[in-house]
Amino acid sequence: MTDTLTPVLSANWGTEKSWTLEAYAATGGYQAVGTALKMTPAEVTDLVKESGLRGRGGAGFPTGMKWSFVPKDNPNPKYLVVNADESEPGTCKDMPLLLASPHTLVEGMIIASYAIDCHTAFVYIRGEVLHVIRRMQQAVQEAYDAGYLGTNILGSGYDLDIVVHAGAGAYICGEETALLDSLEGRRGQPRLRPPFPAVAGLYASPTVINNVESISSVPAIVKNGSAWFGSMGSEKSKGMTIYSLSGHVNRPGQFEAPLGITLRQLLQLSGGVRAGHELKFWTPGGSSTPILTAEHLDVPLDYEGMGGVGSMLGTKALQVFDETTSVVRTTLRWVEFYKHESCGKCTPCREGNWWLVQLLKKFEAGQAVEGDVDKLLDICDDIGGKSFCALADGAVACVTSAVRHFRSEFEAGYSTPAWELFPYGRSALFEVPEKTEVHA
Amino acid sequence: MSVQTKADQVAPVDLITVTIDGVEVQVPKGTLAIRAAEMIGIAIPRFCDHPLLDPVGACRQCMVEVPDAGNGRGFPKPQASCTLECAPGMQIKTQHTSDVARKAQKGMLEFLLINHPLDCPICDKGGECPLQNQAMANGQGESRYEGVKRTFPKPVAISAQILLDRERCVLCARCTRFSEQISGDPFIALVERGALQQVGRYADDPYNSYFSGNVVQICPVGALTSAAYRFQSRPFDLVSTTTTCEHCAGGCQLRTDQRHFQVKRRLAGEAPEVNEEWNCDKGRFAFVSARGEDRITRPLIREDGALRVASWPEAVDAAVAGLAAAGGSAGVLTGGRLTLEDAYGYSKFARVVLGTNSIDFRSRPAGADEEAFLAANVAGKSLAGAVTYTDLETAGHVVLVGFEPEDESPLIFLRLRKGVRKKGLKVTTIAPFASDGSAKLNATVVATVPGAEVAALRGLGLAAGNVLLVGERAALVPGLLAAAAEVAETTGARLAWVPRRAGDRGAVEAGCLPGLLPGGRPATDTAARVDVAAAWEVDSLPAEDGMDATGMLAAAAAGELKALVVAGLEPVDFADAAAVRAGLENAGFVVALESRLSEVTERADVVFPVALIEEHPGTFLNWEHRPGRVNTVIPQSAAPMTDLRVLAALADALGRPLGVRTPKQALAELTELGTWTDPAGVADARPAEPVRKSRTRTVAPKVPKVTDGEAIVKLATWRQLIDGGRGQDGEGALADTARPSLARVSPALAQALGVAEGDAVAVSGGSGWYSLPVAITPGMVEGAVWVPTNSPGTPLGELGVVFGDEVTLSVGGEE
Repeated sequence: MTDTLTPVLSANWGTEKSWTLEAYAATGGYQAVGTALKMTPAEVTDLVKESGLRGRGGAGFPTGMKWSFVPKDNPNPKYLVVNADESEPGTCKDMPLLLASPHTLVEGMIIASYAIDCHTAFVYIRGEVLHVIRRMQQAVQEAYDAGYLGTNILGSGYDLDIVVHAGAGAYICGEETALLDSLEGRRGQPRLRPPFPAVAGLYASPTVINNVESISSVPAIVKNGSAWFGSMGSEKSKGMTIYSLSGHVNRPGQFEAPLGITLRQLLQLSGGVRAGHELKFWTPGGSSTPILTAEHLDVPLDYEGMGGVGSMLGTKALQVFDETTSVVRTTLRWVEFYKHESCGKCTPCREGNWWLVQLLKKFEAGQAVEGDVDKLLDICDDIGGKSFCALADGAVACVTSAVRHFRSEFEAGYSTPAWELFPYGRSALFEVPEKTEVHA
Repeated sequence: MSVQTKADQVAPVDLITVTIDGVEVQVPKGTLAIRAAEMIGIAIPRFCDHPLLDPVGACRQCMVEVPDAGNGRGFPKPQASCTLECAPGMQIKTQHTSDVARKAQKGMLEFLLINHPLDCPICDKGGECPLQNQAMANGQGESRYEGVKRTFPKPVAISAQILLDRERCVLCARCTRFSEQISGDPFIALVERGALQQVGRYADDPYNSYFSGNVVQICPVGALTSAAYRFQSRPFDLVSTTTTCEHCAGGCQLRTDQRHFQVKRRLAGEAPEVNEEWNCDKGRFAFVSARGEDRITRPLIREDGALRVASWPEAVDAAVAGLAAAGGSAGVLTGGRLTLEDAYGYSKFARVVLGTNSIDFRSRPAGADEEAFLAANVAGKSLAGAVTYTDLETAGHVVLVGFEPEDESPLIFLRLRKGVRKKGLKVTTIAPFASDGSAKLNATVVATVPGAEVAALRGLGLAAGNVLLVGERAALVPGLLAAAAEVAETTGARLAWVPRRAGDRGAVEAGCLPGLLPGGRPATDTAARVDVAAAWEVDSLPAEDGMDATGMLAAAAAGELKALVVAGLEPVDFADAAAVRAGLENAGFVVALESRLSEVTERADVVFPVALIEEHPGTFLNWEHRPGRVNTVIPQSAAPMTDLRVLAALADALGRPLGVRTPKQALAELTELGTWTDPAGVADARPAEPVRKSRTRTVAPKVPKVTDGEAIVKLATWRQLIDGGRGQDGEGALADTARPSLARVSPALAQALGVAEGDAVAVSGGSGWYSLPVAITPGMVEGAVWVPTNSPGTPLGELGVVFGDEVTLSVGGEE
């Protein structure tokens, strides 16, 4: 395992006007399309399978295998849908990627679409990030103009259209079946499975849904080969990936490194926790992955490593919190997010998160009573694993892991407001007046 | 043979074995775990699950533990049994054997209750509430929630009839799935998100579905209530009776609830073969007519030109005197409200007591060749071998002729829609335009100008096993009924006649037609008459041809018919209301058997009060020929005499006893009589029907010529489900959900007339005209206008025009 940065996806981010086709092509962009279109679709799929690329959206499902699930004998059109609805608190990798190098995704989409025999592909972009939507639209237009999209791409006889679709601002639409409903013009709520999207997805047709980063990794694999890709990373988590660091670190941002790097290494690369403070807790992959503490600094940041310590790699969004931070308050903020973003379809998520927020506010205000920690955990148990989709599982993961590591801090909520134990101004990176009372 | 056929049709079912709570059970492949548990008597609590709706898995109440999915591995998380398909070897543990399942269920109930108001004491659902019941059975008794409950302003009227209390809603999506999947009226949907999610509608579109009442019934809480029943009663104060709906020929099973001897509400009964678990809003809400001032509870006799209350003996004497004076010059008009037993009473009364074959149930426009068609294809038939609701689903192709199921037989509509959604059924309708109902059936519309249906029908490719549904309107097109029978015969398609009213099919069976005796016996056949006369213990039956309803009324108007016995009809239901009134006014003597004052009682000489449908037992035969029991809901009637009992009293007084005076006796006698088997062969005994062999050329109808802003067009019409029918009187909220009264024309005709959507046009014909707003209807056949038959203010009977007549369409006409 190497401990250096391995910029591949981010290699061209620093070039002048990196988002233009001209700049992208100047750094070798769109070469992989030519290579892929000379291969058979099955060969492209096999190549991605061999590379060991796993989904970068959080679940880590092998990308090539997902492509191979598309039934060949289904008479309906096949669709590729790229999930760019990046909304998880702390996660910030797809948006910078699309802002800096949208053509990487366009090129990846052409190759992936070719591999699954798709002629209309969609990018579903989070609606709030208008600048990214515009940049993506521009890139798609440039690709059409250059003959990378449209009919008879590069004289290969292969046709592809890409539709850039803006979401309307709902976290749930990052859940792949809710995304499909939203893309079809319905209210975004998760669908019952089976049928799975590979069989009956968008417009009841075979559909592959991949994360931006997964598809963007494909051109590099085609260009450099599966062995090159597999040479990076750990045994079961191959390749490079983008880690995004935020919070109490000196130089937050995106760090592209092989899978299996540790937080200790990443902290070194990002200048460490802010001066005079020490790491208290962190998330490995956004707020829905159980939090970890300083004792996990040396655990490899790959699918297996994180699973081994009761968390998940998720989106590799590392939110770092130092000792000034109230874990109770942080948990409350996260759960408020999930309460707001619950789609309302199923009972435990809709009602449970609504209740958890009220309970956590009592903890924050020091108004919880003896036994409320157990009640909190019991409510989490009634939510977790019972909901229709994974949103609620993510919501309770931050609560249960916070109690696991910092139970006494929650118990302090039986008597003392969190803002007295952890004056909120101290954890801010800017001047704020001291909070003296509860605010909602 | 029919049994064998049925057995052949049952496809072999793959059975798989699963174990639920240690009990092995074999279930068909594809069975959901929650259904499999039901099969062995294990009730898993649920809210969103409904066996007739597509699974959604939203409420998460029905959690079970699955230690083995059938592949040796268990599910790590508890599973919603309403979305979990059984797999061979699957092990399922419910709340009875699994702590995991029990805890999940308790937790879910606690979640549902944290925002649910504790207003059970004033909630209509309290006492029959799945949330209440399951909270008691599967909940944890006490809530740990200490916060403030979510509230909404209440109630929201999602239609004039249906009210929504959002804070009671558990968001199970049963109502929205029903409206979208079952009835095809997705006017309500879940809106907003998270804890603010709620059932909503578009601001300008109320939930005016013909089936809206079903959502009240399937709501597992008190979130949806009806304006009609809200705050009317507690469920535990109601006395429930299973009965059969009296509105259309669908034969829906109902559960009718009464309190203090008053019907409070009606629910769809469970009848998988008939209405499944649904009914229409008319069947559910239209029952308050005859509760008002106009209910007749005492006999009335006419004295000095006015009706006065009389004693029963006095009224019987007066009726006997009048009928005796008529000396056999009498006729019987029965209408469509009668049970089979009552209809039988009238049929026998006409033949035995009055000595006439002049009896007719058709208080509506009737066709010349209709009686022959009914004799050959309907009378004497039974459920065995008949087209059934279930057959419709699997018929492959159903053709509708002169029949608009959503308006005229709503449960046929629902069953066809089920077939279309689930069984690949194709529906073709021969109609003037593509109605909303046709669209919901994804039907192929053969746009046909009234009168051209025969050619359209012959142009269709039907196959053996397909079904041809013929409505009663088809009788108004000469040769159409015969053509339908012939097409069915030559193609092997199955034919069913769908009358409109509940009593119609029974009236045919009872012999309420001039040419038919009970059991389908031709009144013209000597052997048949001898047969019946012997059973009835009379010397002979009248051999003279009887008159039909129109004939009787015309004869009465001309002073040629001395007496009429009238059961229940409205003049506007006929082709020409004025002719009916003239007939009633000029008949020498009119005896009316009625439950409420009407245009007939206004013109009657003696009026006998009879019991309402919920006050006496009987039978309705539905369009499938299926008998449906009518049971006594109200045991204490203000007017306890039935039609049959009154007829028996008159017969006794006239010295020619009827022999039956209770429904039980009547049904026994009719059953004993059996159906007619013609020893000489059925075909010979029936009048030869004019079968047109020549192919009718189909000519594309042209836009009629418009002269001076007037066009002469053919009248297309049918009754909308909710209209001016008297059976719907008094239910204002129901009436408010009716479809508007419109005149539909094609875009080309509208352009030729120079009218825009909503402009007034006058439809004139016969003896008058109506002004109606225009609805420009793309795809409407040229040369026709469609208006509803009997909507409030515009009954076509007053104009004296019927389906297929020529009417004049002109611009304007506003008063």
